[in-house]
Amino acid sequence: MQADNLEIAGAQRKMTSATPSTTAREAGLVACNRCGLMYRPGADSCGRCGSALHSRAPKSLQRATAWLMAGLIAYVPANIYPMLQTSTLFERQQSTILGGVVDLVHHGAYVVALIVFVASVVIPVGKFLAIGYLVLAVGQHRALDPHQRHLMLEVVEFIGRWSMIDVFVVAILSALVQLDSVATINPGIAAASFALSVVFTMLAAQSLDPRLIWDEIGDRK
Amino acid sequence: MKDVHGLNNGTLEPGLMACPKCDLLHNDPGTVENCTISCSRCGAVLAAPRKGAFTRVLVLAMTAMILMVAAICFPFLELNVAGLNNRTSILDAILAFSSGLLLPLSFTVAALVVLIPSLRFAAIAYTLWPLVFNFRPFRHAQSVFRLAEVLRPWSMAEIFIVGVAVALVKVAGLATISMGPAFWAFCALVIVTALQDNFMCRRTIWKSLEHSAK
Repeated sequence: MQADNLEIAGAQRKMTSATPSTTAREAGLVACNRCGLMYRPGADSCGRCGSALHSRAPKSLQRATAWLMAGLIAYVPANIYPMLQTSTLFERQQSTILGGVVDLVHHGAYVVALIVFVASVVIPVGKFLAIGYLVLAVGQHRALDPHQRHLMLEVVEFIGRWSMIDVFVVAILSALVQLDSVATINPGIAAASFALSVVFTMLAAQSLDPRLIWDEIGDRK
Repeated sequence: MKDVHGLNNGTLEPGLMACPKCDLLHNDPGTVENCTISCSRCGAVLAAPRKGAFTRVLVLAMTAMILMVAAICFPFLELNVAGLNNRTSILDAILAFSSGLLLPLSFTVAALVVLIPSLRFAAIAYTLWPLVFNFRPFRHAQSVFRLAEVLRPWSMAEIFIVGVAVALVKVAGLATISMGPAFWAFCALVIVTALQDNFMCRRTIWKSLEHSAK
């Protein structure tokens, strides 16, 4: 059987593959994940780019779980402690992530409240749940097939970095609103734990080797 | 067994390539140009060689470095309210966390917004300069380019500029804000970075590094 394993857009070239729907591992080969060279087993690092060669990232699930736990733990103080301290002539106010959302709702700014709520609560919690699910589902037949699970991991990896927005907003507000005694904004300790939580979750998503998700298909054959 | 690379790194299996995301085997299409090759199973882009891409990426990386210098040196934002005003540079935004316990966060923000993006531009320029002008790659070009690749998710210039936009929306009702040259330089930097990453085909760069080293 000849299968067209490659999709080439923008060029009139048809690719034929001698090995349809076979993974490198099934063919007894190891691919360099950074530069793409193929090796027979026994090689430990790529001669072209110097990356370590692994058929599957070693201890991928353990590392992903560990980073995920660290991210979850860091997310707790991020919600308990204040993110921003606002001082004006009349009052001094400390606001947590959820407190800030509640304030915005009281002021009638529903759209901004929703954006902040989605960015600081829904997305982080969603990432924890998604990575947890992907780790648990590796090697098992679940409701979501590998295509959907891989998409899930790609989305988590893409969105993960964007959570850092909160920290940058706090940095800009604190630098900008420094009007002596009239109004000042200073960062709270929660900014640090929120940043840590984002970094740990990014590392969790990076540790999870997507090839493990696809192995289920080969195992079923 | 003969080792192609002169290193004891095991035996190569030429003519094949595997999707780095799902491990599916494909035939190596060899040298092709102006096309996008993606995995038939998971859709990951395997290669996207473009004619003249090295020159473009090199020029964009150097542009980005110049813009970064401008973004750091010039005033970034200015806040005006009831006769009071406060000027802020990017360095001030980084130093916003410099008091007490939050000091490590200052280093983190500095790294994510200024240091890592700059290091990446420099690394890409270092790798591509010899390839564009047709001489042997500089020393350790492989390690340098690998570093640029590892740093990619940690380069957060574009996220910073969106954070700035959100902060401006929050303050906009209370005060007048004017953008300085650094703000526009940073916006341009984000666009240049996006273009650079769009033109860059990693697979082609690795292949060229290998060929011109011989």
